[in-house]
Amino acid sequence: MRFGTEIAVLGLLTFAALAAAGFGVDEPFRQHMWVLFFVLLGFVAVLIRNTNFKPATPVDPSAYMDGPIRYGAIATMFWGVVGMLVGVVIALQLAYPDLNIEPWFNLGRLRPLHTSGVVFAFGGNALICTSMYVVQRTSRARLFGGNLAWFVFWGYQLFIVMAATGYLLGITESREYAEPEWYVDIWLTIVWVAYLLLFLGTILKRKEPHIYVANWFYLSFIVTIAMLHIVNNLSMPVSLLGSKSYSAFSGVQDALTQWWYGHNAVGFFLTAGFLGMMYYFVPKQVNRPVYSYRLSIIHFWALIFLYIWAGPHHLHYTALPDWAQTLGMVFSIMLWMPSWGGMINGLMTLSGAWDKLRTDPIVRMMVMAIAFYGMSTFEGPMMSIKAVNSLSHYTDWTIGHVHSGALGWVGMISFGAIYYMVPKLWNRDRLYSLRLVTWHFWLATLGIVVYAAVMWVSGIMQGLMWREYDEQGFLVYSFAETVAAMHPYYVMRAAGGAMYLAGALIMAWNITMTILGYQREEEPMPGAIPALQPAQ
Amino acid sequence: MGLMDKHAIIEKNATLLLVGSLLVVTVGGIVEIAPLFYLDNTIEKVEGMRPYSPLELAGRNIYVREGCYLCHSQMIRPFRDEVERYGHYSLAAESMYDHPFQWGSKRTGPDLARVGDRYSNEWHVQHLAEPRSVVPESIMPSYAFLKDAPIEVKDFSTHLIANRRVGVPYSDDMIAHAGDDLAAQANPNADTSDLEGRYPKAKLGDFDGNPQQVTEMDALVAYLQMLGTLVDFKTYDEAAGYR
Repeated sequence: MRFGTEIAVLGLLTFAALAAAGFGVDEPFRQHMWVLFFVLLGFVAVLIRNTNFKPATPVDPSAYMDGPIRYGAIATMFWGVVGMLVGVVIALQLAYPDLNIEPWFNLGRLRPLHTSGVVFAFGGNALICTSMYVVQRTSRARLFGGNLAWFVFWGYQLFIVMAATGYLLGITESREYAEPEWYVDIWLTIVWVAYLLLFLGTILKRKEPHIYVANWFYLSFIVTIAMLHIVNNLSMPVSLLGSKSYSAFSGVQDALTQWWYGHNAVGFFLTAGFLGMMYYFVPKQVNRPVYSYRLSIIHFWALIFLYIWAGPHHLHYTALPDWAQTLGMVFSIMLWMPSWGGMINGLMTLSGAWDKLRTDPIVRMMVMAIAFYGMSTFEGPMMSIKAVNSLSHYTDWTIGHVHSGALGWVGMISFGAIYYMVPKLWNRDRLYSLRLVTWHFWLATLGIVVYAAVMWVSGIMQGLMWREYDEQGFLVYSFAETVAAMHPYYVMRAAGGAMYLAGALIMAWNITMTILGYQREEEPMPGAIPALQPAQ
Repeated sequence: MGLMDKHAIIEKNATLLLVGSLLVVTVGGIVEIAPLFYLDNTIEKVEGMRPYSPLELAGRNIYVREGCYLCHSQMIRPFRDEVERYGHYSLAAESMYDHPFQWGSKRTGPDLARVGDRYSNEWHVQHLAEPRSVVPESIMPSYAFLKDAPIEVKDFSTHLIANRRVGVPYSDDMIAHAGDDLAAQANPNADTSDLEGRYPKAKLGDFDGNPQQVTEMDALVAYLQMLGTLVDFKTYDEAAGYR
């Protein structure tokens, strides 16, 4: 019987969720378990509708397993739009505070929804589905472990739904980018270990002698995130039937553990993983080999070694001992080099194919991604210098920096990879429309530029206003005055974010039409067809 | 480049690649984080720090639940403008019982590390319910619903027990009286002598203007009113605390 065991296990879990909804010790936990109950009930219903008693048709072990990747591409688009939409909403809440709707839709509960939505739901799905795509094709092997890939995909979606609904209900550990409570963390650990087994297992059964460079990055991202997630989320639940837990560490130790995690969520989730993406999709799209094999070796090992040290630069001038701050600063500055090693390797892969920038909007998107990667990995080390940080810390400058990395690098390289994969996954000749990709490219690029520029201005202005003295030696501005000065910038920032979201919506339309099998009739991109030459 | 050729060994062995990269990424964390747990001077020697009273802890849990740290830091840096604006720079000792820490990373609103005793209870209640009625420039969301949300007093000792398991020195006495202490701290008519013995400097009284019940507003204001008030800076040796 198909799905027999799965239905039985899920049925038991559904019942357990119902019991927890009844016996939970706090109200948010009971509400959360009701959410879990209905989600699991949905899973069971779908499985029962799809079961049958015929023997399963044997799968061709030499064919690639692309089902979970197709779902992953759709999930990436869906969560991307949701996460960016929530981002625009909270940007507007900062400009117009009456848009807060207490208690569920106050900024404090929506902001983790935005960050987890774009980082873990959009970025995570992009990483999981592209890594499954890349590892099969560069290893010439089918994904390891039968339905394990489906477990990873659906298990990860369950994690997203539980984390997101928890935030709205007020279930949070209030540790940045590690907000989900203990039971959601345990579930993510299970899914992540399964993901590691899936990825490693596929590499182990490869038919290629060498492990391709993209897979080094994916593998180190998966294993490091496992380590960071487990250590940073060590906590003591108040009750096994309650949502609340207390972190295992306190104060200064807790702070450095959290930022060791937090900075490497950036370093490994948002950098190493996406570099893996770059190392496959950029050479593929421009049809050129990776620029330098040696450079990729050196920058891979240097990057993963140095990144881990950079966490303390989030705690400059705090109660963290000075030696740790200085160590963090020094390593952050050194990190500039391997970061640019990756940028150079990516950009120079276009050697001999730079003309594609004119004709192929997907290449343009990928190049813009790498350019933003270079820009933000220069800005980051600069901001980690203590003197600069004394001005930038606690201001919107940090927010601008994060978004030039997240929108510019992570977003754009993911868009490029999805544009590349979707026609191949659904056996279409081409995308529905390349002209819409151009629209997406310009909306996204202008959106990022507006966003980042506005945040530089508001951040530096606020930092300077806080420390401004008059000639008698009094502070010039009250805090409230600095808040009022932010208003025009918060409006402009929301506009920049809305442009980026509009680009993503155009992409969602383009991808949907491609999947449905339509091709828009349109003029080819200028230069794509060589101009006719006069007869000699 | 003989070394580069040797890299092929790692490239052909997935286990080696996995173990190698895991080893490489563990170094930084071990060198930076582990010493904080055993170096004596990591946390300054101060007088006055004590675990949170049950009402303060309940209030802190609301602060955590609502994500206040996303806009408010609790970490004053040792700069002239910050010290003049907010008070003495923050010490590591002041968050030694904070599970989790709430230092924050962004000041959309002002730092709260020493907000205790700065405003009246009435101001806090009004400000939380309707921020722009007291600070017109404020962009803070409204938290009026806290006034109508009762605190679960029953079984509050489980929270103290969980904290004790991760190292907060709650005594058996504190745990046994957790529920009573929680109710008494917000009740203007209660006998609070035992409570004050267990939690010196605890702020007492009805915080939210509604003596009939202990609400989340009571707890949150009690927490805000004690922030940064525990350490006795008259006895603090600045030079010895420098590290």
